[in-house]
Amino acid sequence: MSGFQSNNAVIKWIEHRMPIFSFIDHSVGSGYPTPRNLSYMWNFGSLAGVTLVVMIVTGIMLAMQYTAHVDYAFDSVERIMRDVNYGWLIRYIHMNGASFFFIVVYIHIFRGLYYGSYKAPRELLWMLGVVILLLMMATAFMGYVLPWGQMSFWGAKVITNLFSAIPIFGEDIVIWLWGGFSVDNATLNRFFALHYLLPFIIVAVVILHLWALHQFGSNNPIGIDAKGPQDKIPFHPYYTVKDAFGLGVFFVFLAAVVFYIPNYMGHPDNYIPANPLSTPAHIVPEWYFLPFYAILRAIPDKLMGVIAMFASIGILFILPWLDRSPVRSGRFRPLFRIFFVLLMIDCVVLGFAGANPPEGLWLIAGQLATAYYFIHFLVILPLLSVFETPRPLPTSIGEPVLKGGGSMAGAPAKPMEKA
Amino acid sequence: MRKGLMFGLAALAALSSGTMVTTSARAAGEAVALPQHTWSFDGVFGSFDRASVQRGLQVYREACAACHGLKYIAFRNLADLGYSDDEIKAMAAEVLIVDGPDDEGEMFERDGRPADYFPSPFPNDKAAAAANGGAVPPDLSLMAKARPDGPNYIRALLMGYEDPPADFALAEGSNYNRYFPGHQIAMAAPLFEDGVEYADGTPATVEQMATDVANFLMWTAEPKLEERKGMGLKVIIFLLVFTGILYAAKRKIWADVH
Repeated sequence: MSGFQSNNAVIKWIEHRMPIFSFIDHSVGSGYPTPRNLSYMWNFGSLAGVTLVVMIVTGIMLAMQYTAHVDYAFDSVERIMRDVNYGWLIRYIHMNGASFFFIVVYIHIFRGLYYGSYKAPRELLWMLGVVILLLMMATAFMGYVLPWGQMSFWGAKVITNLFSAIPIFGEDIVIWLWGGFSVDNATLNRFFALHYLLPFIIVAVVILHLWALHQFGSNNPIGIDAKGPQDKIPFHPYYTVKDAFGLGVFFVFLAAVVFYIPNYMGHPDNYIPANPLSTPAHIVPEWYFLPFYAILRAIPDKLMGVIAMFASIGILFILPWLDRSPVRSGRFRPLFRIFFVLLMIDCVVLGFAGANPPEGLWLIAGQLATAYYFIHFLVILPLLSVFETPRPLPTSIGEPVLKGGGSMAGAPAKPMEKA
Repeated sequence: MRKGLMFGLAALAALSSGTMVTTSARAAGEAVALPQHTWSFDGVFGSFDRASVQRGLQVYREACAACHGLKYIAFRNLADLGYSDDEIKAMAAEVLIVDGPDDEGEMFERDGRPADYFPSPFPNDKAAAAANGGAVPPDLSLMAKARPDGPNYIRALLMGYEDPPADFALAEGSNYNRYFPGHQIAMAAPLFEDGVEYADGTPATVEQMATDVANFLMWTAEPKLEERKGMGLKVIIFLLVFTGILYAAKRKIWADVH
């Protein structure tokens, strides 16, 4: 593997029997060669990893105080907020951490879309990422149900009812999902069980994601492969310190929301206990689902709406084969860049359409944005690969970055010996 | 070079803030814009106005408690508002709590203790609905968080009773309220000028009482607000310094790469 060396007798003893230290060094240490030109957009992968850990730790602490029963769930959350030591802090971190997790992951995904990180040889890496996104969405949805407020209950009802659109078996599948004939205690209990399980499945897929990442290493802002050791620097200390700095900035934002506007991203109705007899005026999902909610409602037919919603993510699985352009980075693709910005605007429009009732102009906007979303992936990207003339690529990563080897005391910066 | 990506990210950020505004505005049911009060608990250094919250407790006990519960608040919690142990014991002793079963298997009534929660005015929702023309008076513990712009909503609602417009068809048993979504509210106007006599001599106008109750209900909904904001300041100052150090370390380590 790498040239991991240690003079510590204990480390050498362990390393000889189980090479865990060289494994760590090879994964996130000085033995992992990384492109030297990664921008701050490359911080969001490790940020997502840290957020996942924060969510699991706070989640386990909450689970020790939470009661998964329709009669006690809401009260147990209030008990956490009032009587458990620092329960309010743990719960607000968990609640807002979910939103921040999606913010970080969405930026991570759009970074991958812009810089062509899904292209060969990283297709599998990208697809594992899409699997993580799907698992995150399932986990977040079930977690939102647990406090058993009005939006919890009615959100669960709306989303589980989507499966009734499946022909022939639909109704039976919904009853099977509910564990009864309505969203009730059995539903809450299984959602709690799955909400506790899925994060660990996510951890497992994240490990696969990292495994695939380490096969070829990170993509980079100019999207060309490293030509030699001068193009790479060791992950540690360069990217460990850069990631740590980014993490600090991230925590400042998270703390600002947790401590000063903890309920800003939530819905007031979820502080009303679930009441199966009283439907809220507008049932809206959490903000990170709004674009998908808009796609669901853009199509008048229920089954087609559900299919379109799942297809909007499913399409990402085949993205590496839709965009055939040999150039990865959007920096060298003048037309792609324009359409990339349009796609982002499109997603924002979808978000607004999802937040507003599906009527009038918002319904039309949602339908147009839904159509454009699929056109972008199914028509524009394949055509661009044929008709676009990319700008000339630099010959190497090091060329535009290196400005002569100034050195500074205490910071050993040897280029990697091997790529 | 990265303008496209940055622009898109800014747009995504706008999405999150923008949709929040629209959703909360809609959840209010296209209601009239709420008059905005300046609350002592707003802002980074916000804290509860103890005198106002105590007056709000008095208004709650005299004007609201007959119909509205406060089930997540125990008498012991009132220590946060500056009441002494003896005052809390005295307040708790004013209510009767059904306890039991005793050694004979019978339920019995006893005086309240600081550990008891505020008793709910009705034994169950059905009884509450039967006594109130079919509408269940909601528990108020979380009201300030369960409505968009909660404290302003509570204050506005309590001040919002007025005669309906001439062309407004008011249903039997309903009252017209300027700020209630749909304007028809089952609750009759609960506050009247000098309806309570404040111990501290503050004139009990409807606006004063509405403001005090809203202050009180913000405390019942978010009793850890002061602890939260105080800790937040320390945490964020620490994070800013720590992040600054990390940035310096990053600059130093990267000095020979750039």
